[in-house]
Amino acid sequence: MSTRDVAVISFAQRTAVNDRERNEVEFIIPVVQEAVAASGLARHDIGFTISGSCDYLSGGPFTFVAGLDAAGAWPPVKESHVEMDAAWALYEAWVAIQTGEVDSALIYGFGKSSLTDVHQLITLQTDPYTVAPLWPSMVDLAALQASALLAEGGVTEADLAAVAARSRRDARANPYAVVSEDVDADALLARPVTHSPLRDADIAPVTDGSAAIVIAAADVAREHCERPAWIRGIDHRIDAPHIGVRDLTASASTQRAGEEAGALQGGFDAAELHAQFSHDEVILAQALGLGGDTRINPSGGALGANPMMATGLIRIGEIFQRINSGEIGRGLAHATQGPCLQQNLVCVMEGE
Amino acid sequence: MTSTEPLIEHHVLEYPGGYTRSVGPAISRYLTGLRAGKIIGVRIGDGRVMVPPTEYDPETGGAIDEYVEVGPAGTVVCWTWVSEPRAGRHHLTKPFAFALVRPDGADVPMVHVVDVASADEMSVGMRVMPRWADDRVGYVTDLDAWVPMSDGDMARTPSPQRSGGRAGAERAPVDQSDGAASGAPDLTEPVTGITVPIRLEYEINAGVAASKYLRGMAEGRILGQRAVDSDKVYVPPRGSDPTTGAPTEIEVEVGPNGTVTTFCVTNIPGLSELAPPVPYVSAQILLDGANTPWLGLVQGIAVDDVRMGLRVRAVWDENLRPDARCLKWFEPNGEPDAPYESYREYA
Repeated sequence: MSTRDVAVISFAQRTAVNDRERNEVEFIIPVVQEAVAASGLARHDIGFTISGSCDYLSGGPFTFVAGLDAAGAWPPVKESHVEMDAAWALYEAWVAIQTGEVDSALIYGFGKSSLTDVHQLITLQTDPYTVAPLWPSMVDLAALQASALLAEGGVTEADLAAVAARSRRDARANPYAVVSEDVDADALLARPVTHSPLRDADIAPVTDGSAAIVIAAADVAREHCERPAWIRGIDHRIDAPHIGVRDLTASASTQRAGEEAGALQGGFDAAELHAQFSHDEVILAQALGLGGDTRINPSGGALGANPMMATGLIRIGEIFQRINSGEIGRGLAHATQGPCLQQNLVCVMEGE
Repeated sequence: MTSTEPLIEHHVLEYPGGYTRSVGPAISRYLTGLRAGKIIGVRIGDGRVMVPPTEYDPETGGAIDEYVEVGPAGTVVCWTWVSEPRAGRHHLTKPFAFALVRPDGADVPMVHVVDVASADEMSVGMRVMPRWADDRVGYVTDLDAWVPMSDGDMARTPSPQRSGGRAGAERAPVDQSDGAASGAPDLTEPVTGITVPIRLEYEINAGVAASKYLRGMAEGRILGQRAVDSDKVYVPPRGSDPTTGAPTEIEVEVGPNGTVTTFCVTNIPGLSELAPPVPYVSAQILLDGANTPWLGLVQGIAVDDVRMGLRVRAVWDENLRPDARCLKWFEPNGEPDAPYESYREYA
């Protein structure tokens, strides 16, 4: 199948630890304004509008609809929504452009994780008969995956601490990181284990936030963006929901998505991985064959800021920014959803 | 509270009595088995035995129905320690481990809990036995916890109703009372449904625009916001112009008089605890100075006399506070009806 060339042409994000002032919609307004302005397109010249969010985060049904107040929906716009990280909204927007129906799209994701106990909330995405009634939190399930990985023998707690320390150090240069620190792995290893085998530094911080991206087909992208980040491949795959049936020490769905997106040949200057736990990064990098010269999570990654439902989209935005600025030529962005890295999206991006 | 502090409300999301779920044939086998003190798995397409069972192959989606009893002993595949169990969530009240446990005879491990005194007693590969709840009802916590095999539970087979619950086992009351098979457990019938309590608590913040709006209500004023690039005034304000998404920051007082643009007579009682006795009228009211109609009640007039164009004014609660409910309703203000042309754009 021949595909239309599509590129990311603008990106904006906002984060906060616990914003008591602005509501979800007020979190979206500035990123949509900023991303649309930076795209050079008039709001109503953008052909498709799509968001990713989770109504459970805000505690009411169909609350995502209110987000349209921030997007500007009159005269009526072509609009869609995914109850997923907004990286999947970007995928749908990419498909919409492939159909030829539209030439550009606004994608935004948002979530205020601070309104409730988000780690327990995420329990509700597990099997409602046999798992959810036991109430393992999102962190508990991830810790089981970490335990399985360490038990296999190739990875140690020191390896996890090295990931956490590097992420915290890199996050210092990221104004949107809510956790950052000049720290080394030994210092982190000396800190207490809080969710065995994980320490707090291995676990992404609870974060409020939002992000918006504009993507466009080739002609529009070239006209409005000096250095677009071309999407060379994008794919997402899912593993079985039953946690026990999967090999938790690997990520078959990431590997498959990477293969389909053309990511397994490597050659990336940077990769932004949606790793909410330090062991996630180890598993994802292994699945994608990353290493060598590829700098992983130069932004500090999700361990620096994890605004649920926007974190994956921000990975794509971070790679865009580095390509757009000329810092890198080729990058990989990854997003995940579901317990223990169940569903994974891989996006390969390049400068001209 | 100063006037600039954000307005935050405690919000509970809960279905009273819990979610009732039909379990289907595979989970029925599993829960009926747990009630009888047995662990039932299923053989999947590639020959592996998986527990809990599903009615479909998790990898191919194909139908499967070869059920297999597994265990009772099992092996811990991986684990994590819960140092602070949550009341109303976890059924164990003292620290415990979550673990993937692979029962003997199964190839796929299951998520459950291991009850030991401390994390020091946990290890990958440890051998465990089920500890059955005393009163089993056909719920996932009928298997109260896995415990180390060395505790001497190995040869103990649970009776149909009373099992070898270890002394000192503590169970949170919520799980026994709420997390139960639908209706009184009939131990001869398969489990067909469960009731799962789910309660989520939030601290919802109203946001900047809505906080200003609600603080206006505490002064008996209705505050909208004016668009930046037009004369439109939106009420209630959302902080943005819904046509462009541009931020709105200029507060404008609107009303208290307005025009009914359209309305609905409700004759069905009991739709809301806040609703007045039927019949009552809900109306879209275009407040003077506003460009978006406001949804409110119309009282002080026979329902049959309510009409488009009716001029009304806001009626406030005596106890003004930052709460949308203190604008109680609208009633006729005595002015002549507004001409249709004046509100047709909003009807």
